[in-house]
Amino acid sequence: MTRSNSGVAFRLGTLLFGFAFLYAPIALLVVYSFNASRLVAVWAGFSTQWYGALLADDQFRNAAATSLEVATMAASLALVLGTLGGFAMARFTRFWGRRLFGFALLAPLVVPEIILGLSLLLFFVASHELIGWPAGRGVLTITIAHASFGASFVAVLVRAQLALFDRSLEEAALDLGARPWAVLARVTLPGIRPALISGWLLAFTLSLDDLVVASFVTGPSATTLPMAVFSSVRPGVSPEVNALATVFLGVVFVVVAAAFALMARQQRRYPRSL
Amino acid sequence: MTGFGRFGRLVLIGIPFLWLGLFFLTPLLIVVKISLAHSAIGIPPYTPLVASQNGRPALHASLANFVLLARDDLYLRAYLGSLGYAAASTLLCLLIGYPMALAIARAPAVWRQLLLFLVVLPFWSSFLIRVYAWIAILQPNGLLNRVLLACHLISNPLPLLNNRFSVELGLVYSYLPFMILPIYGSLAALDQSLIEAAADLGAGPWRQFVGIILPLSLPGVVAGSFLVFVPAVGEFVIPDLLGGPDTLMIGKVLWDEFFENHDWPVAAAVAVVLIAALALPILYAQRLLDREPAA
Repeated sequence: MTRSNSGVAFRLGTLLFGFAFLYAPIALLVVYSFNASRLVAVWAGFSTQWYGALLADDQFRNAAATSLEVATMAASLALVLGTLGGFAMARFTRFWGRRLFGFALLAPLVVPEIILGLSLLLFFVASHELIGWPAGRGVLTITIAHASFGASFVAVLVRAQLALFDRSLEEAALDLGARPWAVLARVTLPGIRPALISGWLLAFTLSLDDLVVASFVTGPSATTLPMAVFSSVRPGVSPEVNALATVFLGVVFVVVAAAFALMARQQRRYPRSL
Repeated sequence: MTGFGRFGRLVLIGIPFLWLGLFFLTPLLIVVKISLAHSAIGIPPYTPLVASQNGRPALHASLANFVLLARDDLYLRAYLGSLGYAAASTLLCLLIGYPMALAIARAPAVWRQLLLFLVVLPFWSSFLIRVYAWIAILQPNGLLNRVLLACHLISNPLPLLNNRFSVELGLVYSYLPFMILPIYGSLAALDQSLIEAAADLGAGPWRQFVGIILPLSLPGVVAGSFLVFVPAVGEFVIPDLLGGPDTLMIGKVLWDEFFENHDWPVAAAVAVVLIAALALPILYAQRLLDREPAA
């Protein structure tokens, strides 16, 4: 009896320590963002002045607009490419170059981003030399880069959900005379909707979060939010960045929690599609 | 699903294949190509690989950049430094992550989903911001030093930032969820009746763990270790923000070679060696992802 009690205490302690480690730094950042003092760890009273300073800062506002534009386009492109790629891997067991295809589809998940960034930049430069495209580097080149690695994440999710998808629904639709493309659009894709939603969201947040790849492939015309944050925190702590981080984390947590709740509800309603 | 026909298959497979070929495989080949070129002043800042000589095209490939990497021990120390940092953080993630995964797997079912959600949630927040958050805690007048001073545990602020400790801490902090999830996955799939049988036969908790739980969760341990080790080797943000002047990691060396020295061919050569060094772990990690698509 005492043994199992000590076991429970040990596990509870492990979880408390582990989650405190994961969440304390984030929580402190949120607290500091309301600190009246510019110095961290000196509490000078509650203040929202850094949020005001953040709103008035053109550099952050422009960077945020650029990042949102890139992330929306990149996530949408990644959704299409990743869904096609995941579908091809799940449903076509034999085609020319399938091993290479599978490698190229999953490798961006594990290849260091510094290599993805450098290789894409060198590609864009070489392509510009050769055929004059892309004319300049900026929003377009970052979007292409982000769509590429976003597609890998979407493909993993789509493939996993297709593996669990009940194929008899597709077969029934085919037996009833539906064309393959109609089955894909009206049976298969709605059936894997949770993977599509979480895939788009994942590609979106990865794009919003990326510093390294964007720094390589961008030109003088485009600065993303992580690039602006990075250049202002390199010299040290910045209270404006604390406020920005708090806003960012708040939005992310609300969106992710809503997406999870939505998927949980769908799971209850259509348990077979999962 | 069958019946798409040749054209349908061509569209479904061809579009993503073309994209990956153009924007992933070709760029990797171009890195190899430019690693064989010389640095030059101009746009782009490297010499062409094929140049015309006396009216005939001639190949201008040289291994000079790789010779430089081998001669200057900065690079070797940076590669080894990265491997050392990555290995240590993988081990620390394992030591913290395994008990956490076990505790989550043993938690009441109602709690399990919430706990898993809490492990995954940091993935969705900003990596850069989570690394940056440590600066305010670790700096000389930061929170940790102030707490320790206030408790009279230390008399002078400890150097907690811009050294090996802070880089290691940042790596463990950032990559811990990558370790917990696969271990949890293999623990959750573990057949409980094996443990009950062992308990019935008189095995205590320790023998149950060493004899059954640990060996059966090894696939998760291996997967988690690779998912932490491979990205940690190529890490740039953590050594840059939390490291100091003596922090030698290859991701930072590559970045500086490119952005500070503007030596593209050397940066490409550093990348080629890094890919070669990571090829086996990358292929292995990729196979793990391939086999268990439920990541």
